[in-house]
Amino acid sequence: MMEEAGRHAVFIWSAYGATTLIALGLVIRAVLDHRAQRRALARLEAAGAVPPGRKAARG
Amino acid sequence: MLTRLANPATFMRVSGYALPPLATAAALLAAYGLYLAFLASPADYQQGETVRIMYIHVPAAWLSLFFYSIMTVSALGTLVWRHPLADVSQRAAAPIGAAFTLVCLVTGSLWGKPMWGTYWVWDARLTSVLVLFLMYCGILTLWRALDDPGRAARAVAILTLVGAVNVPIVKFSVEWWSTLHQGASVFRIGGPLIDPAMLRPLFCMALAFTCFGLALHLAGMRTEILRRRVRTLTLLQAERLERAAA
Repeated sequence: MMEEAGRHAVFIWSAYGATTLIALGLVIRAVLDHRAQRRALARLEAAGAVPPGRKAARG
Repeated sequence: MLTRLANPATFMRVSGYALPPLATAAALLAAYGLYLAFLASPADYQQGETVRIMYIHVPAAWLSLFFYSIMTVSALGTLVWRHPLADVSQRAAAPIGAAFTLVCLVTGSLWGKPMWGTYWVWDARLTSVLVLFLMYCGILTLWRALDDPGRAARAVAILTLVGAVNVPIVKFSVEWWSTLHQGASVFRIGGPLIDPAMLRPLFCMALAFTCFGLALHLAGMRTEILRRRVRTLTLLQAERLERAAA
Protein backbone atom coordinates (compact mmCIF):
# COMPACT_ATOMS: atom_id res chain seq x y z
CA MET A 1 0.00 0.00 0.00
CA MET A 2 1.03 3.59 -0.60
CA GLU A 3 1.63 4.48 3.05
CA GLU A 4 4.61 2.13 2.80
CA ALA A 5 5.98 3.87 -0.29
CA GLY A 6 8.43 5.63 2.05
CA ARG A 7 11.58 6.94 0.46
CA HIS A 8 10.36 6.16 -3.07
CA ALA A 9 7.11 8.11 -2.69
CA VAL A 10 8.61 11.23 -4.26
CA PHE A 11 9.47 9.29 -7.45
CA ILE A 12 6.04 7.62 -7.62
CA TRP A 13 4.08 10.84 -7.08
CA SER A 14 6.33 12.78 -9.46
CA ALA A 15 5.71 10.16 -12.18
CA TYR A 16 1.92 10.30 -11.71
CA GLY A 17 2.01 14.10 -11.40
CA ALA A 18 4.00 14.56 -14.61
CA THR A 19 1.67 12.15 -16.46
CA THR A 20 -1.41 14.03 -15.22
CA LEU A 21 0.08 17.37 -16.29
CA ILE A 22 0.96 16.10 -19.78
CA ALA A 23 -2.50 14.48 -20.18
CA LEU A 24 -4.22 17.68 -19.01
CA GLY A 25 -2.05 19.68 -21.41
CA LEU A 26 -3.22 17.48 -24.30
CA VAL A 27 -6.89 17.87 -23.34
CA ILE A 28 -6.67 21.67 -22.83
CA ARG A 29 -4.78 22.10 -26.12
CA ALA A 30 -7.40 19.99 -27.96
CA VAL A 31 -10.35 21.94 -26.47
CA LEU A 32 -8.82 25.40 -27.07
CA ASP A 33 -7.75 24.55 -30.63
CA HIS A 34 -11.21 23.15 -31.48
CA ARG A 35 -12.94 26.24 -30.06
CA ALA A 36 -10.61 28.56 -31.97
CA GLN A 37 -11.36 26.79 -35.28
CA ARG A 38 -15.13 26.82 -34.62
CA ARG A 39 -14.99 30.54 -33.86
CA ALA A 40 -12.95 31.25 -37.01
CA LEU A 41 -15.41 29.21 -39.10
CA ALA A 42 -18.42 31.00 -37.61
CA ARG A 43 -16.76 34.40 -38.28
CA LEU A 44 -16.10 33.49 -41.92
CA GLU A 45 -19.63 32.18 -42.46
CA ALA A 46 -21.08 35.31 -40.86
CA ALA A 47 -18.97 37.36 -43.30
CA GLY A 48 -20.65 35.53 -46.19
CA ALA A 49 -17.97 32.98 -47.05
CA VAL A 50 -19.50 29.72 -48.29
CA PRO A 51 -17.79 26.43 -49.14
CA PRO A 52 -17.33 25.80 -52.90
CA GLY A 53 -19.81 22.89 -52.90
CA ARG A 54 -22.62 24.94 -51.40
CA LYS A 55 -21.88 27.85 -53.71
CA ALA A 56 -22.14 25.59 -56.77
CA ALA A 57 -25.43 24.13 -55.54
CA ARG A 58 -26.94 27.58 -55.13
CA GLY A 59 -25.62 28.79 -58.45
CA MET B 1 -16.20 1.58 -44.39
CA LEU B 2 -12.91 3.45 -45.03
CA THR B 3 -14.23 4.78 -48.33
CA ARG B 4 -17.42 6.02 -46.66
CA LEU B 5 -15.43 7.66 -43.85
CA ALA B 6 -13.20 9.33 -46.47
CA ASN B 7 -15.95 11.91 -46.77
CA PRO B 8 -15.08 14.51 -44.09
CA ALA B 9 -18.79 15.28 -43.47
CA THR B 10 -19.51 11.58 -42.78
CA PHE B 11 -16.40 11.35 -40.61
CA MET B 12 -17.50 14.37 -38.57
CA ARG B 13 -20.93 12.78 -37.98
CA VAL B 14 -19.62 9.29 -37.07
CA SER B 15 -16.76 10.61 -34.89
CA GLY B 16 -19.22 12.91 -33.12
CA TYR B 17 -21.09 9.80 -31.94
CA ALA B 18 -17.92 7.84 -31.06
CA LEU B 19 -16.15 10.55 -29.08
CA PRO B 20 -18.29 10.75 -25.88
CA PRO B 21 -18.35 6.97 -25.18
CA LEU B 22 -14.58 6.74 -25.82
CA ALA B 23 -13.83 9.64 -23.46
CA THR B 24 -16.17 8.19 -20.81
CA ALA B 25 -14.55 4.74 -21.12
CA ALA B 26 -11.11 6.35 -20.73
CA ALA B 27 -12.17 8.17 -17.54
CA LEU B 28 -13.85 5.10 -15.99
CA LEU B 29 -10.98 2.77 -16.87
CA ALA B 30 -8.42 5.26 -15.53
CA ALA B 31 -10.33 5.56 -12.25
CA TYR B 32 -10.55 1.76 -11.87
CA GLY B 33 -6.93 1.38 -13.02
CA LEU B 34 -5.73 3.87 -10.38
CA TYR B 35 -7.71 1.99 -7.72
CA LEU B 36 -6.05 -1.29 -8.80
CA ALA B 37 -2.62 0.36 -9.08
CA PHE B 38 -2.60 2.01 -5.66
CA LEU B 39 -4.99 0.05 -3.46
CA ALA B 40 -5.56 -3.43 -4.87
CA SER B 41 -2.12 -4.59 -5.99
CA PRO B 42 0.93 -5.60 -3.97
CA ALA B 43 4.42 -4.12 -4.01
CA ASP B 44 6.94 -6.04 -6.10
CA TYR B 45 9.46 -8.22 -4.26
CA GLN B 46 12.37 -6.53 -6.11
CA GLN B 47 11.06 -3.10 -7.19
CA GLY B 48 9.04 -2.48 -4.04
CA GLU B 49 6.47 0.32 -4.35
CA THR B 50 8.14 1.75 -7.49
CA VAL B 51 6.38 -1.00 -9.47
CA ARG B 52 3.38 1.39 -9.44
CA ILE B 53 5.27 3.64 -11.88
CA MET B 54 5.17 0.73 -14.34
CA TYR B 55 1.36 1.03 -14.56
CA ILE B 56 1.82 4.32 -16.43
CA HIS B 57 5.29 3.84 -17.92
CA VAL B 58 4.51 0.62 -19.81
CA PRO B 59 1.15 1.75 -21.34
CA ALA B 60 2.79 5.05 -22.36
CA ALA B 61 5.60 3.11 -24.07
CA TRP B 62 3.09 0.88 -25.92
CA LEU B 63 1.07 3.89 -27.07
CA SER B 64 4.13 5.83 -28.20
CA LEU B 65 4.76 2.99 -30.67
CA PHE B 66 1.05 2.54 -31.45
CA PHE B 67 0.68 6.19 -32.47
CA TYR B 68 3.82 6.08 -34.59
CA SER B 69 2.34 3.01 -36.30
CA ILE B 70 -0.91 4.95 -36.94
CA MET B 71 1.23 7.74 -38.42
CA THR B 72 3.10 5.25 -40.63
CA VAL B 73 -0.15 3.79 -42.03
CA SER B 74 -1.46 7.35 -42.49
CA ALA B 75 1.77 8.32 -44.31
CA LEU B 76 1.20 5.40 -46.71
CA GLY B 77 -2.40 6.61 -47.07
CA THR B 78 -1.12 10.07 -48.07
CA LEU B 79 1.59 8.91 -50.49
CA VAL B 80 0.13 5.72 -51.99
CA TRP B 81 -3.68 5.78 -51.69
CA ARG B 82 -4.07 9.59 -51.44
CA HIS B 83 -6.83 9.07 -48.87
CA PRO B 84 -8.32 12.50 -48.02
CA LEU B 85 -8.23 11.83 -44.28
CA ALA B 86 -4.76 10.22 -44.15
CA ASP B 87 -2.88 13.49 -43.66
CA VAL B 88 -5.56 14.68 -41.21
CA SER B 89 -5.05 11.49 -39.18
CA GLN B 90 -1.26 11.82 -39.25
CA ARG B 91 -1.38 15.43 -38.15
CA ALA B 92 -3.73 14.64 -35.26
CA ALA B 93 -1.66 11.62 -34.13
CA ALA B 94 1.75 13.35 -33.95
CA PRO B 95 1.29 15.49 -30.78
CA ILE B 96 -0.46 12.60 -28.99
CA GLY B 97 2.35 10.18 -29.82
CA ALA B 98 4.94 12.77 -28.78
CA ALA B 99 3.15 13.27 -25.43
CA PHE B 100 3.00 9.50 -24.73
CA THR B 101 6.71 9.20 -25.59
CA LEU B 102 7.49 12.07 -23.22
CA VAL B 103 5.45 10.37 -20.46
CA CYS B 104 7.39 7.15 -21.16
CA LEU B 105 10.77 8.94 -20.91
CA VAL B 106 9.90 10.96 -17.79
CA THR B 107 8.32 8.08 -15.84
CA GLY B 108 11.14 5.73 -16.94
CA SER B 109 13.72 8.19 -15.58
CA LEU B 110 11.79 8.53 -12.32
CA TRP B 111 11.73 4.73 -11.98
CA GLY B 112 15.41 4.43 -13.01
CA LYS B 113 16.77 6.68 -10.27
CA PRO B 114 15.68 4.53 -7.28
CA MET B 115 16.12 1.20 -9.13
CA TRP B 116 19.27 1.70 -11.24
CA GLY B 117 20.76 4.60 -9.29
CA THR B 118 20.57 6.94 -12.29
CA TYR B 119 17.93 8.88 -14.23
CA TRP B 120 19.47 8.04 -17.58
CA VAL B 121 21.83 5.61 -19.30
CA TRP B 122 22.70 5.51 -23.01
CA ASP B 123 21.25 2.02 -23.29
CA ALA B 124 19.78 0.82 -26.63
CA ARG B 125 16.14 0.87 -25.44
CA LEU B 126 16.32 4.30 -23.78
CA THR B 127 18.27 5.81 -26.68
CA SER B 128 15.90 4.42 -29.33
CA VAL B 129 12.89 5.82 -27.40
CA LEU B 130 14.65 9.21 -27.21
CA VAL B 131 15.18 8.99 -31.01
CA LEU B 132 11.43 8.23 -31.35
CA PHE B 133 10.64 11.38 -29.34
CA LEU B 134 13.02 13.44 -31.50
CA MET B 135 11.32 12.02 -34.63
CA TYR B 136 7.95 13.18 -33.31
CA CYS B 137 9.43 16.65 -32.57
CA GLY B 138 11.00 16.77 -36.06
CA ILE B 139 7.67 15.87 -37.70
CA LEU B 140 5.79 18.53 -35.70
CA THR B 141 8.45 21.12 -36.59
CA LEU B 142 8.37 20.23 -40.30
CA TRP B 143 4.61 20.81 -40.40
CA ARG B 144 5.06 24.27 -38.92
CA ALA B 145 7.94 25.08 -41.26
CA LEU B 146 6.07 24.47 -44.55
CA ASP B 147 3.23 26.81 -45.57
CA ASP B 148 1.80 24.75 -48.43
CA PRO B 149 -0.33 21.98 -46.81
CA GLY B 150 0.07 19.60 -49.79
CA ARG B 151 3.88 19.90 -49.77
CA ALA B 152 3.97 19.62 -45.98
CA ALA B 153 1.82 16.47 -46.07
CA ARG B 154 4.14 14.74 -48.57
CA ALA B 155 7.34 15.83 -46.80
CA VAL B 156 6.01 14.72 -43.41
CA ALA B 157 4.79 11.40 -44.85
CA ILE B 158 8.27 10.68 -46.25
CA LEU B 159 9.95 11.64 -42.95
CA THR B 160 7.45 9.46 -41.04
CA LEU B 161 8.20 6.44 -43.26
CA VAL B 162 11.96 6.95 -42.78
CA GLY B 163 11.44 7.16 -39.01
CA ALA B 164 9.35 3.96 -39.03
CA VAL B 165 12.65 2.04 -39.17
CA ASN B 166 13.05 2.99 -35.50
CA VAL B 167 9.81 1.25 -34.39
CA PRO B 168 11.17 -2.35 -34.59
CA ILE B 169 14.48 -1.07 -33.17
CA VAL B 170 12.64 0.22 -30.07
CA LYS B 171 10.66 -3.02 -29.76
CA PHE B 172 13.53 -5.48 -30.23
CA SER B 173 16.41 -3.41 -28.81
CA VAL B 174 16.28 -5.38 -25.56
CA GLU B 175 16.77 -8.62 -27.52
CA TRP B 176 19.31 -7.42 -30.09
CA TRP B 177 21.64 -5.70 -27.64
CA SER B 178 22.66 -6.29 -24.06
CA THR B 179 20.71 -3.56 -22.27
CA LEU B 180 20.24 -2.40 -18.70
CA HIS B 181 16.53 -2.14 -19.54
CA GLN B 182 14.80 -5.45 -18.83
CA GLY B 183 13.50 -7.63 -21.66
CA ALA B 184 9.87 -8.19 -22.66
CA SER B 185 7.85 -9.47 -19.72
CA VAL B 186 4.23 -9.17 -20.92
CA PHE B 187 3.95 -10.04 -24.64
CA ARG B 188 6.40 -12.92 -24.99
CA ILE B 189 6.45 -16.53 -26.11
CA GLY B 190 5.67 -18.61 -23.02
CA GLY B 191 3.29 -16.02 -21.54
CA PRO B 192 3.74 -13.03 -19.25
CA LEU B 193 6.28 -13.17 -16.42
CA ILE B 194 4.20 -10.80 -14.30
CA ASP B 195 1.86 -11.91 -11.52
CA PRO B 196 -1.88 -11.54 -12.41
CA ALA B 197 -2.29 -9.16 -9.44
CA MET B 198 0.04 -6.75 -11.28
CA LEU B 199 -1.15 -7.58 -14.79
CA ARG B 200 -4.69 -6.41 -13.96
CA PRO B 201 -3.78 -2.76 -13.17
CA LEU B 202 -1.32 -2.78 -16.08
CA PHE B 203 -3.93 -3.88 -18.65
CA CYS B 204 -6.60 -1.65 -17.14
CA MET B 205 -4.33 1.41 -17.40
CA ALA B 206 -3.25 0.34 -20.91
CA LEU B 207 -6.93 0.22 -21.97
CA ALA B 208 -7.55 3.62 -20.32
CA PHE B 209 -4.54 5.14 -22.13
CA THR B 210 -5.71 3.59 -25.43
CA CYS B 211 -9.27 4.99 -25.11
CA PHE B 212 -7.85 8.36 -24.04
CA GLY B 213 -5.41 8.42 -26.97
CA LEU B 214 -8.06 7.37 -29.51
CA ALA B 215 -10.54 9.97 -28.16
CA LEU B 216 -7.86 12.65 -28.51
CA HIS B 217 -7.03 11.38 -31.99
CA LEU B 218 -10.66 11.62 -33.13
CA ALA B 219 -10.99 15.07 -31.53
CA GLY B 220 -7.74 16.17 -33.19
CA MET B 221 -8.94 14.93 -36.59
CA ARG B 222 -12.22 16.83 -36.19
CA THR B 223 -10.30 20.02 -35.35
CA GLU B 224 -7.97 19.48 -38.30
CA ILE B 225 -10.95 19.14 -40.67
CA LEU B 226 -12.34 22.43 -39.29
CA ARG B 227 -8.90 24.07 -39.73
CA ARG B 228 -8.88 23.03 -43.40
CA ARG B 229 -12.41 24.40 -43.89
CA VAL B 230 -11.28 27.68 -42.31
CA ARG B 231 -8.24 27.81 -44.62
CA THR B 232 -10.33 27.11 -47.74
CA LEU B 233 -12.96 29.70 -46.80
CA THR B 234 -10.28 32.29 -45.96
CA LEU B 235 -8.69 31.81 -49.39
CA LEU B 236 -12.10 31.98 -51.15
CA GLN B 237 -13.01 35.07 -49.18
CA ALA B 238 -9.70 36.74 -50.11
CA GLU B 239 -10.28 35.88 -53.80
CA ARG B 240 -13.83 37.29 -53.62
CA LEU B 241 -12.63 40.52 -52.03
CA GLU B 242 -9.85 40.81 -54.62
CA ARG B 243 -12.35 40.37 -57.48
CA ALA B 244 -14.71 42.92 -55.92
CA ALA B 245 -11.89 45.44 -55.60
CA ALA B 246 -10.72 44.96 -59.21
